[in-house]
Amino acid sequence: MILIGEAVAPVTADFSNDTWWIWLIKAVAIVVFLLTSVLIAIWFERKVVARMQVRPGPNVHGPFGLLQSLADAMKLLVKEDMTVKAADKLVYIVAPMIAVFCSLLTFAVIPFGPSVDLFGIITPLQLTDFPVAVLYILACASVGVYGIVLGGWSSGSTYPLLGAVRSTAQVISYELAMGLSLVSVFILAGSMSTSQIVTSQTAVWWFLPLLPAFVIYIISMVGETNRLPFDLPEAEGELVSGYMTEYSSMKFAWFFLAEYINMLNVSAVATTLFLGGWRAPWPISTINDGMFNEGWWPVLWFLAKLWALMFVFVWIRGSVLRFRYDQFMKIGWKVLIPAALVWVVAVGVVQGVRQFSGLELRSVLFVLAGIVLVGLVISFLIPEKKQPGAPERPPGPQVYDPYAGGYPVPPLPGQVLPPSPRKQRAAAATAAADNETTPQVTQEVHGG
Amino acid sequence: MSGLATTLLESGETTTAEAVLFWVLGPIMVLAALSLLFAKKAVHAALAVIVVMISLAFLYVAQDAVFLGVVQVVVYTGAVMMLFLFVLMLVGVDSSDSLVETIRGQRWIGLLAGIGLGVVLVGVVGRATYGKPYGLSGEQVDNNPTGVAHIIFGQYVFAFEVVGALLVTAALGALVLTHRQRLTPRVGQRERADARVAAGATLTPLPAPGVYARHNAMDVPALGPDGQPLESSVPRVLRVRGQEADAEEFAARTQRVLAGVSQVRGNPPPQAAPESAAVNAPDLGAAVSDTGQDGRSTGPAGVIGQEDGK
Repeated sequence: MILIGEAVAPVTADFSNDTWWIWLIKAVAIVVFLLTSVLIAIWFERKVVARMQVRPGPNVHGPFGLLQSLADAMKLLVKEDMTVKAADKLVYIVAPMIAVFCSLLTFAVIPFGPSVDLFGIITPLQLTDFPVAVLYILACASVGVYGIVLGGWSSGSTYPLLGAVRSTAQVISYELAMGLSLVSVFILAGSMSTSQIVTSQTAVWWFLPLLPAFVIYIISMVGETNRLPFDLPEAEGELVSGYMTEYSSMKFAWFFLAEYINMLNVSAVATTLFLGGWRAPWPISTINDGMFNEGWWPVLWFLAKLWALMFVFVWIRGSVLRFRYDQFMKIGWKVLIPAALVWVVAVGVVQGVRQFSGLELRSVLFVLAGIVLVGLVISFLIPEKKQPGAPERPPGPQVYDPYAGGYPVPPLPGQVLPPSPRKQRAAAATAAADNETTPQVTQEVHGG
Repeated sequence: MSGLATTLLESGETTTAEAVLFWVLGPIMVLAALSLLFAKKAVHAALAVIVVMISLAFLYVAQDAVFLGVVQVVVYTGAVMMLFLFVLMLVGVDSSDSLVETIRGQRWIGLLAGIGLGVVLVGVVGRATYGKPYGLSGEQVDNNPTGVAHIIFGQYVFAFEVVGALLVTAALGALVLTHRQRLTPRVGQRERADARVAAGATLTPLPAPGVYARHNAMDVPALGPDGQPLESSVPRVLRVRGQEADAEEFAARTQRVLAGVSQVRGNPPPQAAPESAAVNAPDLGAAVSDTGQDGRSTGPAGVIGQEDGK
């Protein structure tokens, strides 16, 4: 915790040695990494979900079914590419491209490791970094959603439009919680550059001191990527496949690709901001004077953390049901955002007290823990609030004449409409058909 | 903004790369801004706005204002997204601009005012003199975000707080204006479930018509595990209209089959009696939850499956 809040250079990574071909190698490597990772992620997801549901999953193409996603990609490539007649042509074609391009941008600022010797040039394992790198990631994500929104709108069809509107609402509400949860990391790390944030986690990974922010980020990252249980824009049980209903072949594949790249993106951001980035986990990091935190080793730790988070994605998908839309919005606005706000204020206060009063972080935390403890004890003394009893129902439904005032009036709470003529006719018909018991007349009570 | 940047560039102190970027982005922005004016569909206009905003962000970044550039994208993508929603909700999905004048002479007045504004702008911008550009490097204490923070939370902190208060007031005002007073207590999923348990009603979804029966038509009651027809499986509307198939007939058929079985076991054929009593008199008191005053309807009352409980 020693590093917290120290005044440091805005960006730790040193890119001064980079030449154009180093940039090119890194950029190509990132794109290749993302595309192959998506293929593996699809296989991984299907296999893990299958295991969770006690079935084998893909196991035909290649060893362990590893080539399944390649086969799927080939199938999508050669499928007929349809353009819907009612679609807004230009927007319809541009939308999947926006989604994919924006998803490819994020990894430019993700550090895979510290400086390494790449063909004789010492360069950080990161394409670029700047003082507002994490904000840049948020910006790319929010532009990427335009792919979904525009795709849904331009399809000229109802379900995609509903998916698009849901996606808009989802992004607006969950991006707030996501951004707020990242703010506490900025406060402690004293920077928004990814390499600097990784450097600031030398002593302790931020997910421990910032656990609430980490939890909020994990929840909102699932919402941000439209994955179960928050996959409302493409809920197949409700909207066919939401915004991509009218897309086929490669255009559909681009949306699909964007979704999986986005999963990798948010996992990488969580790794970098909360899980120490490329830093080796604790017992390993102490071996041989931090040998495993240098050279190419950190790539391994980074990938391990990334795929652990990808597993969490699949795990959640395999075990949680889709939320109802109103529940989803309620969680976003009434739980996540207030919690994130409170947390940011708390972290800000602690950091401010530390910085301006010169107190030790430890004593500040002890004082806070004491306050919480006292509050907890006091809360036990407050008598429990009595449950309000069931709302009293009016003594009985009161039949009224809706035409009393000359024009029909809807029933007020506790009033009922007189039986409708149609029901009376039906009752009369039944009575005439078989001279049995006279059916009772149904009455609808409103607002009981 | 773009006009200002041009003049700054003409002083010859920017790099070639920045000049190239400007002359590529400039025309794109002008075209997008014009299409905002002339686009037929409101959504296309919103798209043009986002193109302008993102190009502007690129220019900011090129001029060393990284923070401003990135925040521009974050803020305006969200803002245009809202615009997009407003278009969908208020104007309609596919609607084009109506070219009918609602106020007489509106077009000419607008044109005149526009030309007037243009003349004023050209006059002011054309006669302005600019100091020598010296870039942002002198202003930035530590790095760009830190410099911006010092200015916002130091020099302009009062204005910043006032703007914040204004925005909060606006949000609260919107909430107050759209607030409707509830006439009856809100009946949500939990309350409905509690009522259903309290009433001893069917907790599961109702059986679908025709399950295990010989026919799967809508008017044929499903058969329960005991082989008895379940009246509640037939849609309420059909039952109210008296259009369901004769349950007695199915019951009688089952009775004949089961006759031997019940003789052996000595069990009376269960159920059926309370079910048939409830057929024609569904009590909708528990099922109808909203008066139509608190927004969403919960759908047709019969779907929820409470009417058979009482």
